[in-house]
Amino acid sequence: MTEPASQPKIRIRDLHKSFGAKRVLAGVDLDINDAESVVVIGGSGTGKSVLLKCVLGILQPERGSIQIDGREVTNLSRGERQKVMQQFGMLFQGAALFDSLPVWENVAFGLLQVDRLGRDEAKQRAIETLARVGLGPEVAELSPAELSGGMQKRVGLARAIARRPEILCFDEPTTGLDPITADVINELIAHSVRELGASALSITHDMASVRKIADRVAMLYQGKIIWDGPVKEIDRSGNPYVDQFIHGRAEGPIQQTVKVA
Amino acid sequence: MNPLAALGRLFLDFLAAVGDLSLFAGQTIIQGLRGPYYPRAILRQMVDIGYYSLPVVGLTAIFTGMVLALQSHTGFARFEAQSAVATIVVLSMTRELGPVLAGLMVAGRVGASMAAEIGTMRVTEQIDALTTLSTDPYKYLVWPRVIAGLLMLPLLVLVADIIGVFGGYLVGIYKLGFSAPDYLRRTFEYLETEDVVSGLVKAAVFGFIVALMGCYQGYYSRGGAQGVGAATTKAVVSASIMILTANYIITELFFSQ
Repeated sequence: MTEPASQPKIRIRDLHKSFGAKRVLAGVDLDINDAESVVVIGGSGTGKSVLLKCVLGILQPERGSIQIDGREVTNLSRGERQKVMQQFGMLFQGAALFDSLPVWENVAFGLLQVDRLGRDEAKQRAIETLARVGLGPEVAELSPAELSGGMQKRVGLARAIARRPEILCFDEPTTGLDPITADVINELIAHSVRELGASALSITHDMASVRKIADRVAMLYQGKIIWDGPVKEIDRSGNPYVDQFIHGRAEGPIQQTVKVA
Repeated sequence: MNPLAALGRLFLDFLAAVGDLSLFAGQTIIQGLRGPYYPRAILRQMVDIGYYSLPVVGLTAIFTGMVLALQSHTGFARFEAQSAVATIVVLSMTRELGPVLAGLMVAGRVGASMAAEIGTMRVTEQIDALTTLSTDPYKYLVWPRVIAGLLMLPLLVLVADIIGVFGGYLVGIYKLGFSAPDYLRRTFEYLETEDVVSGLVKAAVFGFIVALMGCYQGYYSRGGAQGVGAATTKAVVSASIMILTANYIITELFFSQ
């Protein structure tokens, strides 16, 4: 991996994580530079979500280093971790909206609880943010359960960008959506990342999503990054694992065990 | 399998669960006291636990008071002690039945709903979302529920005591032939502050237990809908057992000579 001249926004080195006897991450090295969108691809169960959760502090790695702006974050106290998380915005696979709160309070959650804005001002900011993801003010008072999957993803994106974070994370942003809605979400993600000038770390196995939102792609296989390069080069990576994955072929070096009853 | 090994494994699992719960309770208290506080969340939980439990606790109390009056009257008639009915009703309600029955009813209603709500938040990644929004789940989810349980159950028990005594009064006046002034005089004749206070202390402890077990089981639920269902059952069962155990310990502390 080539070392960039400036300090990366996120630097991951030799990251290990196991669950019991199952080793999921076995020495991951990855850099995400300032204002760069990196997408980690890989098959189901290869540890993409685990990698993202380690970066977000939801899971504790056993070994290795995660630095954000040059500061080690794997050993922070709860309070210090919360301060670091103020730089982050995260869109979850299932949107993870709080169903006890209306849409606007979901979007304004960070503004209300972290920035301690007044409710009127926070609501106004939430409505403005909803507009940025293509949702009208009439959605603000609805409950998350009243929204379609695509609208929930938009609200999740609005919540992620409401505090204008420096780092955005996306976990399978298009899973469960029809191709048109998925493309809309991809466009919104790409636009939001550009507009905020944020660094972005996404995980997905949707190649349409990769081509739309990535500046750089890294492939995770058997707990390690086996290829890392600009998205433009992914079709000529020369890596048989990457080739098999991006073309979705059953034949190739990546073998999946299929048990037939 | 060797039965001794199975017994040993069961005991170790029990100790591990006690350890986990103690750490959870400790973390809740430490993080909760440190702030920031979420008054809106606390108020919401107080309304949910206190106000919305009133009907079920009130109904339980009035019927318990009524049955207590009937039972003690027929039982005590065997040795000509029917006049003790009012005293039996008020002491039983304030010392034991008010707090224990209110605690068990609230465990069924509120503890189960807390476990289900927090468990669903866990499996739908809403708790992870809280973390990414720089909000500590212990402070935002657990502490408001525990504080609300601790504060609202004594109020509920106070209401239950009054309604239970009123139930006994109704049966005493309209069924057993007591005169109203006589029944009321006998109600207050032997009632002491300690009787009411011990019941309220029990209620506060039970409120803490119900909320803590609901949150704990929900917080550590795993495995989708089935896991949430299991967490709900465990919350009610474990809270009920702990309430009955704590009831004995507090009674021993207050009343043993």
